[in-house]
Amino acid sequence: MPLYHDDDQAMLAETASQFMAEEGAIAKQLRHWRDRDCKDGFGHGLWKQFAEMGFTGMLVSEDDGGLGMGSYEAGIVLEEIGRNLTPSPFLASSVLAATALKHADSNARERWLPGLVSGDHVYTVAIDEGAKHRPEIIKTKAEKSGNGFKLTGQKDFVLHGASSDMLVVAARTSGSDDDADGITLFAVPRDAANMSHDAVRLVDSSMATHTKFDGVELDGDAVIGEVDGGREILNAMLAAGRIGAAAEGVGVASGAMDMTVDYLKQRKQFGKLIGEFQALQHRAAHLYSEVEIARAVTMKAAQLLDGGSEKADLMISVAKAKVAKAAGLAVKEGVQMHGGIGMTDEYDIGLYMKRDRALQEFLGDMYYHAGRVAELSGY
Amino acid sequence: MSDHEAFRAEVREWLEANCPPEMRQPVKDEDDVYWGGRNAAFKNDAQKAWFEACRDKGYTVAEWPEAYGGAGLTPAEGKILRQEMSRIGARPPLSSFGIWMLGPALLKFGTEGQKQKFLNEIARGEIRWCQGYSEPGSGSDLVSMQTFGEDKGDHWIVNGQKIWTSYADEADWIFCLVRTDKANKYQGITFMLFDMTSDGVSTKPIKLISGNSPFCETFMDDVKVPKSYGEDIPGYVGEINRGWDVAKYLLGHEREMISGAGGGDRTAAIGAAMKRMSGELDAVLRAELAMFDVDALAYSAMGEKFLDEMKAGKGHPAQPNMMKYVGTELNKTRHELMMAAGGSRALEWESEETRGGKPARNWLRTKANSIEGGTSEVMLNVISKRILDLPGA
Repeated sequence: MPLYHDDDQAMLAETASQFMAEEGAIAKQLRHWRDRDCKDGFGHGLWKQFAEMGFTGMLVSEDDGGLGMGSYEAGIVLEEIGRNLTPSPFLASSVLAATALKHADSNARERWLPGLVSGDHVYTVAIDEGAKHRPEIIKTKAEKSGNGFKLTGQKDFVLHGASSDMLVVAARTSGSDDDADGITLFAVPRDAANMSHDAVRLVDSSMATHTKFDGVELDGDAVIGEVDGGREILNAMLAAGRIGAAAEGVGVASGAMDMTVDYLKQRKQFGKLIGEFQALQHRAAHLYSEVEIARAVTMKAAQLLDGGSEKADLMISVAKAKVAKAAGLAVKEGVQMHGGIGMTDEYDIGLYMKRDRALQEFLGDMYYHAGRVAELSGY
Repeated sequence: MSDHEAFRAEVREWLEANCPPEMRQPVKDEDDVYWGGRNAAFKNDAQKAWFEACRDKGYTVAEWPEAYGGAGLTPAEGKILRQEMSRIGARPPLSSFGIWMLGPALLKFGTEGQKQKFLNEIARGEIRWCQGYSEPGSGSDLVSMQTFGEDKGDHWIVNGQKIWTSYADEADWIFCLVRTDKANKYQGITFMLFDMTSDGVSTKPIKLISGNSPFCETFMDDVKVPKSYGEDIPGYVGEINRGWDVAKYLLGHEREMISGAGGGDRTAAIGAAMKRMSGELDAVLRAELAMFDVDALAYSAMGEKFLDEMKAGKGHPAQPNMMKYVGTELNKTRHELMMAAGGSRALEWESEETRGGKPARNWLRTKANSIEGGTSEVMLNVISKRILDLPGA
């Protein structure tokens, strides 16, 4: 399979690009909701539009009412989301939660998937415990209780947790904190008793929660997949989510770079366009190279994941780390090359820096994934 | 079974039958690479058998038309062949500047007669070519070159000096940029072809910081270059005075080649190998290796995308400059890390254990990567101008 879009994918890219530039634009979404102090961090109207476009159920199988597409296609949409800094529950709901629900039994799929596909519902996932992404260690406990389970613990960095109709929660049903086995995934409905959200606004204006489970009673049918068999599903979620976050990061990097290169062609100092200065040209050219490579490896990793390759895991971590490097460079160079105006809230380049920061942290930063590359490579 | 799957199965079977085990080992020494040419010698029977099998199958230049010594493979088939060769670690059967550089130029700009003669010679490993581009006063600013060919009707008399001519002392023929119009900078250069045994041609190896001499100075002292070598076989490529077009096209190919985009392990991940070599790694070195491996593996995906797009006529035409820039910088970093992981052993200049100081010499050799074929700074200039469209670049 060549490493460029086929005709259908190119068409999807064009559609997503146009849609996001029009409907998901910074002024229309990110700034609009931020300036109104929106408690969701995104607009439900846009989410309904995502559904009309078919985006919400991209990864949901056709039998379950979705489009049955892969991570490569989701990445096409996410790159446009990144380029326009479009706030939406797409990554958490349509990529992460949808991937978990693929492994759920038919009752659970019938219960949760129609609302996702139609855009009426928003889901999220609760994985992290603590400020850093370390899914190898899961302390949140689900103990047998009657016919069901009782959930106790705390999850952090739960994207729009307080606005979500359902949370996919990774909890420990057996073994010790750092065991690979003994994990079970639960679909926890928003009205579950004894669940509380401490909602916080993040640097990029998105909303996340510290979510407490203080003896949350769950039915047996809340289990996604098998009891104690959740690690594999969790890994599938992480793979899809990480490559999705990487794809969004490529969009953030591209958006920041394009804006910066445009600025170099407009801003005059010392009687010339600053883009004429070789000191800036070389930095822009280096940045271009890094962003191109980040895009290439993200496409490659998505192809490997969709193809079920055993190399996917390694390349996903390569992609997540490489995108973090490239996008980090793009936003830092972006602000610096914009000069003083880059520090103002009025200008959009700073918004790219903020989004990049949050996205880098989500599902493992550059250091986490570079370390994983070393481990998976045997050193 | 699709056509491609059938082709893959056929290639596998052919490789299994024809690629000797010795030829599936990584290239370790200079003479593990077979360059062909009039004076070529095979290191061993395996090298000879592998070369001859590929030559007869058209696999030395698999994607060239059969009429010119290739196998006429489509880009997709070519990719399958590369993948299958890489899967078993097969060495290239024949390496040459004819394959990498002159061949592509002739395929694009050559006459039918030139293709018949020169491409077949290259494909069959009969003639080894070298490249005469740089001059002592013309490095990055190549177009300022002064080697001059005086028009004498049916031939030119060429005088001047080239430098950094790779393996000129072992080459049979040279493709050489020669000024044929002093009044016209860009449209006054002709891309000439001539025999290195012509009267007046001499070479002198240049000793590098690595202690090796892969490059020469090449002197031309009243060298007679015919305008024709027979019917439809001009002694130059393209048009007279329009050799810069050919040269620019070729520089693109050289940049692809140096960038390692065609595959190979120049930028492969190295962390695991470094650990095997030096035991436990210092924590910070391990971290640096991990960050390098991220870059190297990401770049390998870029190489694949770049090749796929190029074969499909997609992608930006100046993209080879980006590949060259990143690939060479990565390779330099790779060898810095290998030296660090190698410790004092890697410093040895002549020991048996280092096979004659390979680590140190290779490390020093890589410093030329970002100079030869256009410096990193020139690559960045080209990206700025042609891809980013920055002003006045």
